[in-house]
Amino acid sequence: MTVRDDVQLDLSYDGVVRRYAPVIGLETHVELGTVSKMFCGCSTEFGAEPNTHTCPVCLGLPGALPVVNAKAIEYTIRIGLALNCSIAEWCRFARKNYFYPDMPKNFQISQYDEPLCVDGHLDVVVEGQTYRVGIERVHMEEDTGKNTHVGGATGRIHGAEYSLVDFNRAGIPLIEIVTKPVEGTGPLAPEVAKAYVTELRDILRSLGVSDVKMEQGSLRCDVNTSLSPIGVSEWGTRTETKNVNSLRSVERAVRSEIIRQAAILDRGGRIKQETRHFQETTGETRSGRSKEEATDYRYFPEPDLVPVAPARDWVADIRASLPELPAARRARLRSELGLSTEELQQMVNAGVVEAVGETVQAGATAAEARNWWMGYLAEQANSREVEPTSLPITPAQVARVILLVADGKLSTALARQAVDGVLQTGKDVDAIVAERGLAVVSDTSALTRAADEAIADNPDVADKVRGGKVAAVGALVGAVMKATRGQADAPAVRQILLQQLGVSE
Amino acid sequence: MSDERPTLTRDEVAHLAQLARLAVTEEELDLFAGQLDVILGAVARIGDVAAADIPPTSHAVPLQNVFRADEVRPSLPREDILAGAPAVEDFRFRVPQILGEEE
Amino acid sequence: MTQLHELDAASTAAAIASGEVSAVEVTQAHLDRITAVDGDVRAFLHVDTEGALAAASAVDEQRSAGAALGKLAGVPLAMKDVVVTKGLPTTSGSRILEGWVPPYDATVTRRVLDAGIVMLGKTNMDEFAMGSSTENSAYHPTHNPWDLSRVPGGSSGGSSAAVAAFEAPLSIGTDTGGSIRQPAAVTGIVGHKPTYGAVSRYGLIAFSSSLDQAGPFGRTVLDTALLHEVIAGPDPLDSTSIPQPGPDVVAAARQGARGDLAGVRVGVVRELTGAGGGYQQGVLDSFRAAVDVLAGLGAEIVEVSCPNFDYALAAYYLIAPSECSSNLARFDGVRYGLRVGDDGRHSLEEVMSLTREQGFGAEVKRRIMIGTYALSSGYYDAYYGQAQKVRTLIARDFAAAFTAVDVLVSPTSPFVAFGIGERVADPMAMYVNDLCTLPASLAGTPAISVPCGLSDETGPALPVGLQIMAPAMADDRCYRVGAAFEAAYTAANGLILDQIPQLGAVR
Repeated sequence: MTVRDDVQLDLSYDGVVRRYAPVIGLETHVELGTVSKMFCGCSTEFGAEPNTHTCPVCLGLPGALPVVNAKAIEYTIRIGLALNCSIAEWCRFARKNYFYPDMPKNFQISQYDEPLCVDGHLDVVVEGQTYRVGIERVHMEEDTGKNTHVGGATGRIHGAEYSLVDFNRAGIPLIEIVTKPVEGTGPLAPEVAKAYVTELRDILRSLGVSDVKMEQGSLRCDVNTSLSPIGVSEWGTRTETKNVNSLRSVERAVRSEIIRQAAILDRGGRIKQETRHFQETTGETRSGRSKEEATDYRYFPEPDLVPVAPARDWVADIRASLPELPAARRARLRSELGLSTEELQQMVNAGVVEAVGETVQAGATAAEARNWWMGYLAEQANSREVEPTSLPITPAQVARVILLVADGKLSTALARQAVDGVLQTGKDVDAIVAERGLAVVSDTSALTRAADEAIADNPDVADKVRGGKVAAVGALVGAVMKATRGQADAPAVRQILLQQLGVSE
Repeated sequence: MSDERPTLTRDEVAHLAQLARLAVTEEELDLFAGQLDVILGAVARIGDVAAADIPPTSHAVPLQNVFRADEVRPSLPREDILAGAPAVEDFRFRVPQILGEEE
Repeated sequence: MTQLHELDAASTAAAIASGEVSAVEVTQAHLDRITAVDGDVRAFLHVDTEGALAAASAVDEQRSAGAALGKLAGVPLAMKDVVVTKGLPTTSGSRILEGWVPPYDATVTRRVLDAGIVMLGKTNMDEFAMGSSTENSAYHPTHNPWDLSRVPGGSSGGSSAAVAAFEAPLSIGTDTGGSIRQPAAVTGIVGHKPTYGAVSRYGLIAFSSSLDQAGPFGRTVLDTALLHEVIAGPDPLDSTSIPQPGPDVVAAARQGARGDLAGVRVGVVRELTGAGGGYQQGVLDSFRAAVDVLAGLGAEIVEVSCPNFDYALAAYYLIAPSECSSNLARFDGVRYGLRVGDDGRHSLEEVMSLTREQGFGAEVKRRIMIGTYALSSGYYDAYYGQAQKVRTLIARDFAAAFTAVDVLVSPTSPFVAFGIGERVADPMAMYVNDLCTLPASLAGTPAISVPCGLSDETGPALPVGLQIMAPAMADDRCYRVGAAFEAAYTAANGLILDQIPQLGAVR
């Protein structure tokens, strides 16, 4: 094969995906939310002092033996069922042997050819189109400790003088969810990848099996990408991109890897099967260990553990206890709230579907709940750089605000002040309203006085209104609202102003 | 199968030693290559047993579903853990420069 | 009167319980004996004089306070160094763990201490329990008290020698392929490998996880049963621990000692009685005589064939190295133990390799490499996978045999104790020591070795062991038949250990 540099091809993403079809695959690691570790009773609490959550088992001291955490099995089955998997009648743990200093035993207890959950699927919607992502397997394993690299400029492994190891994380239950290769997405591969991880995260959250915080590493993603020229059915050589630790990065990593591989293929080059690392700063991937040199993991059944054979009635009980999953919930909300597909999709993208649903459940109307979460609360979240659902306000509190507005007790402006108070103090809506004296002024004589003052202060505007430009009354309403510190009932103010100006609509 | 088994070369022994993280000496390579070959020759007769349909045994008394409840138990005192360590810094295990990639 | 260190465990416990002697006196007598003879025998890697006397004194205090004492309270014991002991150095006979003081106790340690047994110290062993002679200890060989130029068997050779040399009435060993039974046989004492899962493995430094089993040594079958009773039982810390309590082995030993084996069917395993050669004649002679004794006690003797036993050696020398290659990976100089080459110039990978190279002895390295090979992706099915299937066939041979008989018997070892240095150059010559003990290891079934005679075929009179094998969870049969044989043999010939040559100045 010759390397060509004479041809000028379009190397933009849009250009590339006209020539190549991507195939992607995702391996997602999720730390389970058990209180104790996978094989010992040490706490799984995040952020403890180094090496304070360790014992003979998770430190791999000579003689120590693992015992399986029943809750971890139950959680894994929950996940498997939610992903439409079959739950194995019988499965085993295996040892994956490799030397690394964050791996106390120098083998990881994992599952190899006998995973607990196999052969499921997860549907995701991108641009109105449903893609079915096949789930190859869901298996259990244990997390590693954490290395801190000391010396060198970057704090990264390369150039470090030495490293320090903390084993608090070692042995935390981890599950790995492996997809089947995802074909047929065309240019939407990055979006499908992101939608899959997002949907997976929402499912895991609704199952209550993990706190799925990507920033704390409790959900981590590896993305496999390969390209084949359009019209060629055979898949290309794939690379595995690690270190993809946010939803946005999932999309970026796939996109940049597609462009990178296409540039090589265009020149007649070959893709090397390798592990690559995603660089958050540049949005590109960097070469890591070559797979050809990968160690032989020498898997064999873990002799210190006995097989896991989940009783069918246990599996049935777990299935019966599954909560409503995000997709079903969305469908229900859509019909209950009378939303269009687009409106729902906007809510999905904004990550507020659950919050809106709960706000409606707490008594608000669908339209208002949606307005608040997509509007004022989304703005507040944006300015604080958090997800709307991470704001310190509950759907019930939002619903309360909406009710107070509906009852005419708060104006929209006052309602925003009440929400601000909740966000600032964490106190309840009614307490904020009482404390700050937030109440609509509906005393007509007071409002009439304020209206007269506004007319006197703005003769030009008043003339315009008198002259037939009724819409100009808004400026006077604003003046009255300002004068009454937002406590006036805006429709009533408008009525009074028009009346004083002798104008009727 | 006993007859078809390839003999173990010195290079293969070196590869095994590398996989097993053993910095074996040149003399050991020669010694082990011979000894391992004899041992593997002796155990290769395991292949003579027709056992295709036989299930493997891993434990004498078959047990399954041995679990513990998800309960936090006290960890070891940190000073006890670090007492036996070859090198410690900031309450962590200190190790020399790592050349390999993160797994 | 007999000196204190010569008493068996049951008599010692009785003497302490009755107030005839104090536990401290008993412990001191054994510490004195160790001082007198261990320079020659070298059974111990570490003697805990202070800890032992303190434990003994606690027993004496409990007794004077009127507290109920365990059946073996105050009786001294020697602990194999593969068993983790909190606050006491634990090396598993390896340089790589030199100076390591564990921060926790093995379940076996815990049970021994909770029973009021006095732990004298830690005994020598083949490094990580790999060997049949204790010559693979990184520290020094142990000498057989019957002939100091010979090995005490292995890997639990320190524990067998300590009991045979009257340094302790009881000891703990571990048996992966015969490491309790073979040392018991060649030192003229009793040693039992319990059913796999009967004794917790929590805190035993793992060699081969699916085979390792801790068990008791004693000079009599009853003593051995008493110690078995202390250490056996379910343990939530070991997932492979059998959740039901085991049979009453002490009652079985007492029943057996009455000498009646009427109705007991004893199978002589054709494949383990030297048909293919390789067994010493003196061993076979003692064994045949022992079978006659059993017949004389009323047992019905049947010859049985277990054809797959012929593959036990091959299966064992694939499974054990495979598992050990993984179990021993944790010794890397990161969290505990030896670290070599950390001079700022070597990478972690190099330091790990240098540490393991210098920390492990030749036999350990050989087995790690064999195991690494056998688990490699291209060889797994042909080696480890096939060996696990052969285990099934061996277990089926046992199951078939046990439909016809109650116990199976064989010599414990094809040989009597051999000379130190005689077999070290040839790994295969060492491995055949385990020929008779491997089938029960692979099947996980219990087996006991009981002294059954002396053979002077290779020079001085040296002990021969009779192995009695039973089905899983029927350890009581080993003790019953063993005790019956012991009673009959002793009645006819006196105690075998009475014929051990005098050691040092004291005896």
